[in-house]
Amino acid sequence: MTTSTETPSSTRRGPKHPGQRVAEWTDARLGLYKLGKSNLRKIFPDHWSFMLGEICLYSFTILILTGVYLTLFFHPSMSETVYNGPYAPLQGVRMSEAYASTMHISFEVRGGLLIRQIHHWSALIFIAGMIVHMMRVFFTGAFRKPRELNWLFGWTLLFIGMFEGFTGYSLPDDLLSGTGVRFTEGAVLSTPIVGTYLSMFLFGGEFPGHNFVPIFYSAHILLLPGIMAALLVAHLILVFYHKHTQFAGAGKTEKNVVGMPFFPIYTAKAGGFFFLVFGVIAAIAAIATINPIWTMGPYRPDQVSTGAQPDWYMGFSEGLIRVMPGWEISAWGHTLVLGVFIPLIVFPTVLIAIAVWPFLESWVTGDRGEHHLLDRPRNRPVRTGFGVAWLMLYFTLLIGGGNDLWATHFHLSIETITWSVRIGFFVVPVLSYFVTKRICLGLQRRDRDKVLHGRESGIIKRLPHGEFIEVHEPLDQTELHILTAHPQPQPLDIGPEVDENGVERKVSAVTKVRARLSRNFYGEHSQIPKPTVEEYDEITSGHGHH
Amino acid sequence: MKKLSARRRHPLAALVVLLFALAAIGGLYSALAPAPKAQADDSSSQSLEITEGRKLFSVGCASCHGAHGQGSSDGPSLVGVGSAAVDFQVGTGRMPAQQPGPQIQKKKTQYTQKDIDQLAAFIASLGPGPVTPTPDQYDPAGGDVAKGGELFRTNCSQCHNFVGKGGALTDGKYAPTLKGVDPKHIYEAMQTGPQNMPSFPDTTMPSKNKADIIAYLQAVDTAKSKNPGGFTLGSLGPVPEGLFAYIFGLGALIAVAAWIAARTTKAKKS
Amino acid sequence: MSETGPHNDMAEPEEHLPATRGAHGAEAAVPGDPFADPGHPEHEFRRQDIDEKAATHSERVVAGLFTLSMLGTLAFITSFVIFPVDKYIYVFPLGHVSALNFSLGLSLAVALIGIGAGAVHWARTLMSDEEMPDERHQASADDELRANIEAQWQQGVKESGFGRRKLVRTTMLGALTLVPLSAVVILRDLGPLPEEKLRHTAWAKGKALINPNTNKPLRPEDIPVGSLTFAQPEGLNEQDEDFQTQIAKAALMVVRLKPEDIKDKKELDWSHQGIVAFSKICTHVGCPVSLYEQQTHHVLCPCHQSTFDLSDGARVIFGPAGHRLPQLRISVNGEGNLVAMSDFEVPVGPAFWERG
Repeated sequence: MTTSTETPSSTRRGPKHPGQRVAEWTDARLGLYKLGKSNLRKIFPDHWSFMLGEICLYSFTILILTGVYLTLFFHPSMSETVYNGPYAPLQGVRMSEAYASTMHISFEVRGGLLIRQIHHWSALIFIAGMIVHMMRVFFTGAFRKPRELNWLFGWTLLFIGMFEGFTGYSLPDDLLSGTGVRFTEGAVLSTPIVGTYLSMFLFGGEFPGHNFVPIFYSAHILLLPGIMAALLVAHLILVFYHKHTQFAGAGKTEKNVVGMPFFPIYTAKAGGFFFLVFGVIAAIAAIATINPIWTMGPYRPDQVSTGAQPDWYMGFSEGLIRVMPGWEISAWGHTLVLGVFIPLIVFPTVLIAIAVWPFLESWVTGDRGEHHLLDRPRNRPVRTGFGVAWLMLYFTLLIGGGNDLWATHFHLSIETITWSVRIGFFVVPVLSYFVTKRICLGLQRRDRDKVLHGRESGIIKRLPHGEFIEVHEPLDQTELHILTAHPQPQPLDIGPEVDENGVERKVSAVTKVRARLSRNFYGEHSQIPKPTVEEYDEITSGHGHH
Repeated sequence: MKKLSARRRHPLAALVVLLFALAAIGGLYSALAPAPKAQADDSSSQSLEITEGRKLFSVGCASCHGAHGQGSSDGPSLVGVGSAAVDFQVGTGRMPAQQPGPQIQKKKTQYTQKDIDQLAAFIASLGPGPVTPTPDQYDPAGGDVAKGGELFRTNCSQCHNFVGKGGALTDGKYAPTLKGVDPKHIYEAMQTGPQNMPSFPDTTMPSKNKADIIAYLQAVDTAKSKNPGGFTLGSLGPVPEGLFAYIFGLGALIAVAAWIAARTTKAKKS
Repeated sequence: MSETGPHNDMAEPEEHLPATRGAHGAEAAVPGDPFADPGHPEHEFRRQDIDEKAATHSERVVAGLFTLSMLGTLAFITSFVIFPVDKYIYVFPLGHVSALNFSLGLSLAVALIGIGAGAVHWARTLMSDEEMPDERHQASADDELRANIEAQWQQGVKESGFGRRKLVRTTMLGALTLVPLSAVVILRDLGPLPEEKLRHTAWAKGKALINPNTNKPLRPEDIPVGSLTFAQPEGLNEQDEDFQTQIAKAALMVVRLKPEDIKDKKELDWSHQGIVAFSKICTHVGCPVSLYEQQTHHVLCPCHQSTFDLSDGARVIFGPAGHRLPQLRISVNGEGNLVAMSDFEVPVGPAFWERG
């Protein structure tokens, strides 16, 4: 648009609507209309699983809103004070300002407890939502080109989100969270060579000191949410830019996206969903207590309660810590605390394993094409197997992280559970990989049967010669298309290692590994050939369907 | 691989697999569940009830604890355990012990309080030990709740959890919940240290401290306790909170998402 | 049996239908390919699209939901005003809950869900639900644009002389590499250097073991076999500025074993008549271990389940801890009180690189 202000108005008659005038004023300064041109009627497909990310977006928004409220009352200070508030079981007890102000929010600020509980419940749901959203993206292959970077943005949000949660959980300085901070100190100390220095810097001296609440506060309300907000905006811009993926279906191709426009349908649906998420979390916060710090008491390094667990999202790292044998190597006056340091390294490694998958997959399969149609998980058995294996590893470790509670509730011993998790750490992912792959192949086979022979109708027919058969109904073209839309790539072929003259061709070891992996992805043991038109014609034109 | 899966489609296959899985889980559970370890406990008292107590003892207790309470391979000596131990063990139904297991569990009391007092008197006559407390000793009304909370977090919560919900110990043993336990029995447990619980004798934890602890428990862990935030989810910390967030929080939100994305009913049926 | 394209067999007369839209290439199947994409199906109308009564009903539902939300907000304000912050009500099955938290939460939920459900119902029933396709475009540039940008870049590189003037390039990279170091250096004063801090605690020769329950010195006769007592060093007060830091290292647990039960000779030597004092701080990552089982003499850590055997020098018998709990050597002073004979000989708590 040029600087001329007459052009738009000259084409129209009558006075302008005030809203229109505001829009034009803004447009002249921000280029609003150009932005709207490609985005206002942006098409989004409808599927419940495409809204998981929205749950995360909205719970993050709720966290910011309630978090700002909480900062109005919370004192991030570790100065000691004596409690004189209304909660009788703590009157006269020494505690930090941080704990006392959290007590104040919970018992004296009207609505303070509600906001605190909404904040904490949203945090749990935020990270749970991110995990589930990430799994949806993983299992449907939505991370493939051109969305790999957005996958990494999302993954980083999850990773930072865990620490954002941890720092927030530690702020009230109660006995439970303090125990978690003590663990952090131990973990930092286990770092070879620099551990003691890092610990002194983090705590401003020896544990617990008077520093960690202010430091965590600064990270929790400024540094980490700042990074997360930036990543989140980038994540959303890319979702708009790439346009959403979709499942195969009638009229849905790699070249288009079929759905309804952002304005007004998704403005209403997504805007409404924000209120619904907020409402559901408010209802939960009205009904169920979360982190009742008054029952836990203020932190003292010489006190503890059984059942000391972190919030669930740190549970898998807790599991790693609990099941690790106590290895410690002392030599030449130094100690290598493997019992703590190995879990500390394995913890990000578990997460990174899923983060790098898109790059690994495209390297192995040599797939450089863009993909906007989603995979059905069964059609990619290796990826699905890996995803399930990863999830099962995650859940095995989560169980390890709560071994004491499982022990008392299922009448088992801690030692048994710990040993089971130790073995399960290695066995469960492998088993789940193979089981999942078999299930996927079975489902592929069923799809093939359905395409060729139709759907079982449940109607039994007796043939003239006495045989009973079940009548199969043929599928309509849309269903046939959906079941056969997925491409079935062939494994990489490195060609003969010896050329026609008998001269050995040099094939690097990396190429061989890649070819091997590729066979594992797309070889005959990893996909059931989908029916061809010829097969279909032969069966349907022959003796009818049966 | 192909052959295997081609043949596996018998309609009963799924049922057979399920049965195998159930049997395997059952077998695994019985193999992994902590093995029974027989253990028994300590007990004692003071006056004319001794004779009656001796009679009850020889009928109900002597087979394990020996005819004179001297103990045997099946049960420890009761000399010097005091009347408080008897009152606790028999009063909470732990004695006489019944099923074997990692530890002897609380169950329905088998004796009347009068019988228990007689048994306690007999055991107390065997040697001096902790004496059954009087009501004014364990009356929560006189206790300092806040002091009790501090004492509880220093001495008790490491096994019994912040509000006395109990927790796991080694080899399948556990610290039981303190909810609904008679203040007298809580007092006696601290005095005598039943089973693997250490004792907190009056010399290191005076009677007043014990009343404070009981007062604290009464304030935080009874049906009358105030839970401002709502349902406590068992007061077991972040594990049930996480489960609740997944099942009710995320579960409800996914149901809502399904509603938002679902097709609106069409005017006709195709 | 449903065919590819849906057909409209509604009884309603045609003129009640909105102008026929959609039907982008329905039946666009490739002849001879049964699996081909049948194309975008024809749009199907909802009851609300063709029946004004149904549409009015939906409109009322939406308006009702928005009204419900208004009532929710009013209820929120009312609850805020009428319930004092310390008012408790009994709600089955939640128990005695804060009246304010419960009423504010539920009324807020109604206010929010009313808006949300209203908006979604509006979108689902009254706004057009016609699906439409939108073209996708590749992110990558075409060859012409790519050549253009590359040329611009080359032009800029040439004009800057970045490739030609090596001295400028090298010194600039050097400066940019060094400047972040100031950000690292400036963090130095976050805390002191470790030095020997982790090796010392508040215990010293002659310091009495103070029972935190009573604030009185412990005496051997106070501690029967099977009991569990904690202790802190004489002179350490809860009011002290560094109390938390000191107790984080000095916390002690004291038990009495029968001397014949003690398997470790050094443990016996450092005990007083079977009374042994061990650090309460777990050697794994520092939780207070004190889940003492008086019959097995095991002590369990509630955080990560490290188990130590107090009858055998606090040896690790299970779990992730890497070394024994340090023992404090104790004796009795002239007044008959238990006292430390020295500080711990090894650092307490979690292991670290310099521990040795």
